[in-house]
Parts: sequence; C-alpha cells; structure tokens
Amino acid sequence: SHQMKVKVLSRNPDDYVRETKLDIQRVPRNYDPTLHPFEVSREYTRALNATKLERVFAKPFLASLDGHRDGVNCMAKHTKSLSTLLSGSCDGQVKVWNLTKRECVRTLQAHEGFVRGMVVRSCGTSFFTVGDDKTIKHWKMEAPGYGEEEEPLNTILGKTVFTGLDHHQKDAVFATCGQQVDIWDERRSSPIRSFTWGVDSFSAVRFNPVETELLASCASDRSIVLYDMRESAPLKKVIMTMRSNTLCWNPMEAYYFTCSNEDYNLYTYDMRYLDQPVTVHMDHVSAVLDVDYSPTGKEFVSASFDKTIRIFPKDGGHSREVYHTKRMQHVICIKWSADNKYILSGSDEMNIRLWKANAAEKLGVLAPRERQATNYSQKLKEKFQHHPQIRRIAHHRHLPKSLYHQTKELRVMKEARRKKERNVRKHSRPGSVPLLSEKEKHVVTVVK
Amino acid sequence: MASLGGEALTVTHVEKKKKPPARYWEDPPQQAGNGDNNRGTDGEQAGRQTEQQTPKAKKRKENEDRGDGNKFLSGKADRFPGPAPIPEDRLQKFKRKEKMKKPRRQHYKLKDMIARSEENSEMSQIQAARLDLLLPEDAGFLEGDEGEDTCTISQEDIAESVDITSKTKYFDLKLSQFGPYRVDYSQTGRQVLLGGRRGHIACIDWQSKQLTCEINVMESVNDVKWLHSEAMYAVAQKKWLHIYDSNGIELHCIRKFNDVLRMQFLPYHFLLATASATSFLQYLDVSVGKEVAAICTKTGRLDVMCQNPQNAVIHLGHANGTVTLWTPNQKEALVKMLCHHGAVRSVAVDKTGTYMVTSGMDKKLKVFDIRTFKPLKSYFLPAGASCLSLSQRGLLSAATGDIVQVYRDVWSTPVTKPYMAHRVQKTVWGTHFCPFEDVLGVGHGDGFTSMLIPGAGEPNIDGLDANPFRSAKQRQEWEVKALLEKVQPELISLNPTELGMVDRAASEIKHQDRVKALGFDPLAKVKFVPKYKKKGRSSSGNIEKRKRQVGHEDQRDDIRKTAEDRVKIEKERRQKEKKEAVLSSQKSALDRFRK
Repeated sequence: SHQMKVKVLSRNPDDYVRETKLDIQRVPRNYDPTLHPFEVSREYTRALNATKLERVFAKPFLASLDGHRDGVNCMAKHTKSLSTLLSGSCDGQVKVWNLTKRECVRTLQAHEGFVRGMVVRSCGTSFFTVGDDKTIKHWKMEAPGYGEEEEPLNTILGKTVFTGLDHHQKDAVFATCGQQVDIWDERRSSPIRSFTWGVDSFSAVRFNPVETELLASCASDRSIVLYDMRESAPLKKVIMTMRSNTLCWNPMEAYYFTCSNEDYNLYTYDMRYLDQPVTVHMDHVSAVLDVDYSPTGKEFVSASFDKTIRIFPKDGGHSREVYHTKRMQHVICIKWSADNKYILSGSDEMNIRLWKANAAEKLGVLAPRERQATNYSQKLKEKFQHHPQIRRIAHHRHLPKSLYHQTKELRVMKEARRKKERNVRKHSRPGSVPLLSEKEKHVVTVVK
Repeated sequence: MASLGGEALTVTHVEKKKKPPARYWEDPPQQAGNGDNNRGTDGEQAGRQTEQQTPKAKKRKENEDRGDGNKFLSGKADRFPGPAPIPEDRLQKFKRKEKMKKPRRQHYKLKDMIARSEENSEMSQIQAARLDLLLPEDAGFLEGDEGEDTCTISQEDIAESVDITSKTKYFDLKLSQFGPYRVDYSQTGRQVLLGGRRGHIACIDWQSKQLTCEINVMESVNDVKWLHSEAMYAVAQKKWLHIYDSNGIELHCIRKFNDVLRMQFLPYHFLLATASATSFLQYLDVSVGKEVAAICTKTGRLDVMCQNPQNAVIHLGHANGTVTLWTPNQKEALVKMLCHHGAVRSVAVDKTGTYMVTSGMDKKLKVFDIRTFKPLKSYFLPAGASCLSLSQRGLLSAATGDIVQVYRDVWSTPVTKPYMAHRVQKTVWGTHFCPFEDVLGVGHGDGFTSMLIPGAGEPNIDGLDANPFRSAKQRQEWEVKALLEKVQPELISLNPTELGMVDRAASEIKHQDRVKALGFDPLAKVKFVPKYKKKGRSSSGNIEKRKRQVGHEDQRDDIRKTAEDRVKIEKERRQKEKKEAVLSSQKSALDRFRK
C-alpha cells in the first residue's frame, strides 16, 4: 500500500566468506578512524611489545672459531668472498676460515713472532702479511696443491719492524707503517716513497676508499697524520692528548674517519677540519684497540681492552649496543662483514667470535609477511622510542659486575673533575679559565 | 667524397637504430597523425623549449609531454588526465592532525624529518580516502511517500517490502514469564544476550534463530554484558557478579563485585566496568581476572551508565541531575556536569565520542558536545525518555513507556518528529542497536523484539576488527592479537591521542612533581657544613670563620644578581622612555616643516 523507499543492510555471506577451504580467508577492510579507536594507545602497546620482544630475542653471539694457539692479533676480510676470513696470531700463524662452515680451511706459519698486519689484494687472489720478523710476505689465496710446499709468492725484507699494512683500492700499490710510512709497488722490493714527520713509530695506516691516493696513519706521538701518495711530504696532522691505536675511514662519506684512542674514547674527524672532532664517542672503560665501519657507513664497531665490543651510530656519542661474554678477554681486532650482517672479533684468548650486527635480527630468508611485520614493528619502535618506558627497556644492557662498577666510577670521576673545574672557574678572574667543550678538550694542535 | 660517403653511412646507421619495428600496442608514430596537428604540436614544443628555464618549468613540461604520450589510437587526448580527484569530505574523514609549525632554520634534521613524516601521513590520508570510494556496501535508508511521515510506517510494512533475509530480522520473542529483559549484542553483532529480571539468561544467534544457551540463575538479574568475544558473558546478579561461558557454565563468581546494577565492557582495554547500588564504580580486567580499580563515587545508587567508545571514559548519571565522567586512574570524577533538573534517567555517547545524549526526570532530552562540555540541543518529550542508545550511524533510540522512538540527526538539526516509532507489548527495559546491522533489539516486559531501523548500522565491516563473518580460526587469531595489544588502564584519559603528543610541560612543573614524589627537593642547596680538619687547625673560631666565608660568598652572588637585574630593569625603562619620547615628539607628519 505504501509508496515508500526502503533499503536495509543485507549482506550476502558469499561476498565475505571464502568459497572453498583451499582459498585464503577474505578480509574486507574499512579504514574509517571511528571504527578503530585508541589507535595511538594501541600502537604504543604494539611498540612496547616489539621492544620487549627485541630484548627477548637479542642473542647476538653466533659462533666461536677456535684453533689459534696464541692471541689473535689481526684479521682481514676477503675482498670478493663473504664467507672467507683471514686471521693472524701472535705466534706468526695465519689461518683462513670458512665462515659458513665455521672451520679453518688453511693454516700457514707466516712469520716468526707476531703477525702485525694483513690485507687481501683487491682482486682477492692473494694477500699480504707483515710481521715482527721485518718481512712483508705476499701469499696466494689458494692453498698449495698436494705435495707442494707452503711458500709465499714474494718476500720483502725490510730494515725495521712493520706494524701495519693496507692495500690500495685498485692499483698494485700497498702501504706499510713502522718507523715510517712506506708506499710500495708490488713489483719492487724497495718502497717507492717513504714519509716521516719526526716520529719514531706508527701503529696503523689506512687508504681512503674513495680518494684512493689519500692515506692516514696513527703515530705514537699521539698524532694522526694524513698523506697524499702523489706528494713527497705528509699533508697535515692533528695531535691529541692521548695516542690513537687504529683508524677507519667511513666507506660512504670518505671524508670522515674514526680513530680509536687510548683515552677510552673514539673520535670521528672530518679530514678537512681537523681542529676538533665531529663527534666524540664515549662508553668504553678502557683503551679502544680497533674500529671498523659497517659497509653502509651508518655505524661502526669498536673493540676494547675492557673485554667488550661496542656498536656506535656514526653521529652518536654513545653506543647502541655492547657485546661481551664471560670468556672473551681483551678484544684486539674487529671487523664488520661486507654484507652488513655480522661482526667478527679476535681476542686475546685465541678465539675469533662471530656476532650478529643486529642482536635481535632473525637470520635466514624471511617470508614476505614476516619481513613486513618486522619492518612495521621497527617503525613503531622508532616512533615511540622517546617514551620513558620504551626507552628504559630498549636501552637496558646487562654488564658484567666489574664493568658496571668501572662505568660508575668513571662517571663519578668525571663529575668530580667537572665540579673542580667549576670551582676553579668560580674563583678565578672571569675569562681566565675558558669553558671547553668535550670535543675541544682532546685536541692539542693541528700541524700543516 | 669519401668523408661524405662516410657521413651518409653513419646517418643511415643511426636511423636504423632509432626506428624499431612498429607495434600496434605502442603509441602511434607522430607521422601517422594529421599533418596540421603535427605542425601545431611542433610549434608548441618549440615555444616550450624557449620557456624552459627553471627546473619547475622543466618538470611541468615533462608532465605535459607525458600527457601527450597518453593519446588513444584515434589521436584523442585523455579527457581525465592525472589521478582522479578526491572529495574534500572524504579527505577530512581521514585527517588525523594539523600541519606542524616549521622549526627554525638551524634544526635542519628535524625539519627534514617532519617534512618526511608529513608527506607520509598525507599520502596515507589520500590512499585511505581513495579506498573509501571503493567500499562495497551502502547504508540503508527509509523514505516515505510525499507528505508521509516515516514514523507512521509500521514495522510490518517495512518487513513486507524488504528482502527475505531482512524480513526475518524483524521478530518478536514472547517471554512473558521472566521479564522484563535487558539486551546486549556481541561486538560482531552475531549473538544477542537476553537477561530477564527474574533470572532468565539466553544467548541467541539471532540471525539463524538458534539458541546457543539458556539458563535460569534463580536470582534476580540486573544487567548482562558480553565480554570480548561470544565465548563469555558477565551477569550482574542480585548479590555478586558472575561470568558464564557460551554453554551457560558458570566460570567465575566474583565476590569483590557486589550489588552491581549496570555494566560496560571496554573491548580494547579488556575491562569490565561495573556500577553498583553501593555507589562503587569498579573495573575488572577480564584478561587476568584482577580488579583494576574500585572507586567510591559517593553519589548514591548508580543505575545510569554508559561509555565513550573513543576514549573509554565511563559516564555515570546521578539522581541529582549530574553526569560524571570517570577513569580507573583517578579517585575523583574527571568532569561533573549538571545536565538536568531532577534525576538523570539515561545517558548515551555516540561512536565518534563527540556527542552525549541524556534524558532526565524533567522530561527533557539534551544533547551535549563533550569536547567542550556545552549543551547543543534540548528537546522536551511529554512522556520523558528512558533507555537511550545510539547506533553506529548516529540514530538515537529512546523509549517512552512501551513505545520505542528512533530519532535522526538529533545534534545537527532541530528535530520535531521521530524518524521511526514502534509500540511493544509492555514497558521497555533495555535497548541496544545491533552493530553492523539495521536492527534495534528491544527488551521489554513481555520478551524481546528485534526491529528493523534502516540506516542504523555501519555498512562496511573491517575484517581485522569486529568481523561478523569470521571463522573460528580467524576469531582465535583475532583474540590473540587483541590480547597482545591490550591497552593498559593507565592510558585511559579524556584525550586518547595525548600519548602521541609532545610533552611540553614546563621543567618547573616536572620539578614540582618530582619534589612531591620524593618528599624533598633534590636540587635544593645543602647548607654548608665545614669539614673537620685534623692537626688542631679546626678550632671553633676557624670553623665559624669558614662558615661565614662561604655564607658571604653566597650572599655576594645574590647581591651581584640583584644588582645586575636592577641595571637591566633600569636600562629597559630608559629605552622605553626614549621610545615614548620619540613617539610623542612626532606628533604629525607635517611637524618637520614647522620652525
């Protein structure tokens, strides 16, 4: 009788339910915000859960490679193969490791005394070692065939002990350091160039990965010296309050380098402005012995005499991660693998350890949904990282007791020093005790 | 000659390389078009090349070129180039925040971060709005004849003119023995729970009309409520609060909750809020079975209650005409509003958390904006209204005696007539709109009536939230996920987005809080205690001297500061005077011509 118009919601279940058991379930979506209340609180809860799970799954230690009969003194990444690692120990032995199988594939007695430096040639077919026996040896990467003797391709006898070694990115040129920095042509038995600047020894030398003719070295007179291979004299140097042990160039922004210092800190410098470091990285409680950048150039890892490894963001003053185990002693050398996933550390107690670069990362191939979920939770963690509860959980690290107390002690000492300085300033003529920032404190002078 | 020949060769070679064989699916070559047209475009391009100076112009030009490339085989250009426009109201629907103020220049990192995040949120807003256009279902509606009121259309007529499935959604259950009944639909709207005053409890899959369970608790029942899924429900009985499962088996008797009159379930917090005759508002965490908060409201019997679905704040109506807002975190009411002269009979809050509708013994129906706590509309209903409830799309049902009236747009336009009305057998005791359906469940003295209210329910469901069509497996997965992201009761506050905002509380306020929490001021200056020096140098006179020395020093600091302040104030005053003098001296623009 009525001429009305009416429509009532009437859904056909076939549009909402899967047709057969083999299909996946249908999930209609409606993103209307009023249908999804509390989105911030729910995201926060998800972020909190993700942070907690990250700490639960943070198991960074993967494997220990044992076999050396003395402390591991240096390591070298293979330039072409991800799964190969070379290590040299304090008894002159060099071992080649297969990381996927986690076993030693080759052992050779390279030197008498320490193996001081090691580097793989850019083509990956051979490598160089230097040792305490004043020799530079050039080895084939392939193991000798059956019945063949283990012999170097070439041996160069130097006049003094060599302490470090690095190879040019492309050319057949390498650099050594000892009492001076020498540039060698692979085909010659004497250096093509030698640099000295009034110091008696150098501890490390590194080629710049981008400006390939540039190199930097750490000297025992607390300085870091920059050289250009094409010039006869060094470029400039910065003298710091304490000695730097090693340095590493940032592979992506190669005008930055980071040096590991005896004063427990690491310093990132801009090559162009050496008068003060760009960032001071603090957290170690003993001398920092080695440093290596991740291939992305976003982070670097440092090895310290305090028996820990720390990972720092390239522009962060404090570490994001600390690795330690009960058995690991002073960590002498450290490498970040070329696939950005692993960290290798060689330590005093003859072991090489394999760590994950991201402690909570799941290894292996991820299913697409798994990857998506990981990315999502990563973004959430990032979004809520400054909330106090989440920050507390994310930043908490268990430290060995001694380390914990040492950290605390250092903090107290630092505070006391600051207080004293404040008092001195208060009782001095205004301006006579200038305020120095942490960056300015550690640089003595720049010499050109 | 040889060089010429060589040139010719190279030319042919290049041409060969430049011309791949023509394919029908590719764009037609330029020569195929009209000669005149071709010349025209050439001219245009030449013109453009002269224009091409700035990178912006270059980009624009590229875009235009691409537009030219999108030509059909016939040579016509695309009449709707670029992405389809999105209606402004759709965009508004998904807007979450205002644009941020740009930080100062030196915060370049922050600036970059903000710009990127804003770009992302804008993109997500656009994407959501686009997807909104593709939603499959439309809302229901009811339009009468010309001059005919929709409220005169009877349920029977509607049921006659709709499809068979919808027709079955209008039904009556005659349960005269144990009434009157309270009604509650589950989150998905699949199940209805009926609680008779005289102890009868029934769960019904109301669409298939299958009875899931039916029990009699042999005790008076005040209220019934589904918990997070269809597997459990809570019953407020004469003395205690009981929890049953979908088979009617009693799972818990919670003796901490006594004399409960009304209940609300907060699904994202897994909290069951109960209001009791002893004026207690209690919160039960149903995921762990613990009482989260018990608040003595000191306002007498609490039998009017509702929740704000956007911020999980509980609204209580009182006999003195006030409505109070509560969270489990605070022993006092967040807000106290005087809404009516005389007792409040019923309260309801809409889905968006913007409007609150109240009815009182003064026979008035009022609408408040609960963002500003201001009254918007006030209606006079001769018989008064009880049992208010709001549907997902904002229809308001109000019961007056045995008549259920449904109103539309109570907050936007002044309403004179109800949208629909229906008389049930006896006094209405409870009403509840079924989520995602155009159905209103009415519990009354003579049983239960399921009414058809076109346009009440949300037409488009979200499969990851409350999905009426979910399988057992999907339900299990949803339950695990929901429990994992259970929002903690501490996060309930009036503004649910507060958590995502920057805390700009002044450091002073923070410090005051800290002092309050610690019981002492950690930054307070400790009074100087001179150290006891050994070897006889610490005579009482010396100690006194040292004390005085330090005291003098502090005093000197203070004096220096006040002196500096004084100088500063003096300087400012002088500058001000100077300015004023300058201003007073310039009386008019022509003064300078005077001598």
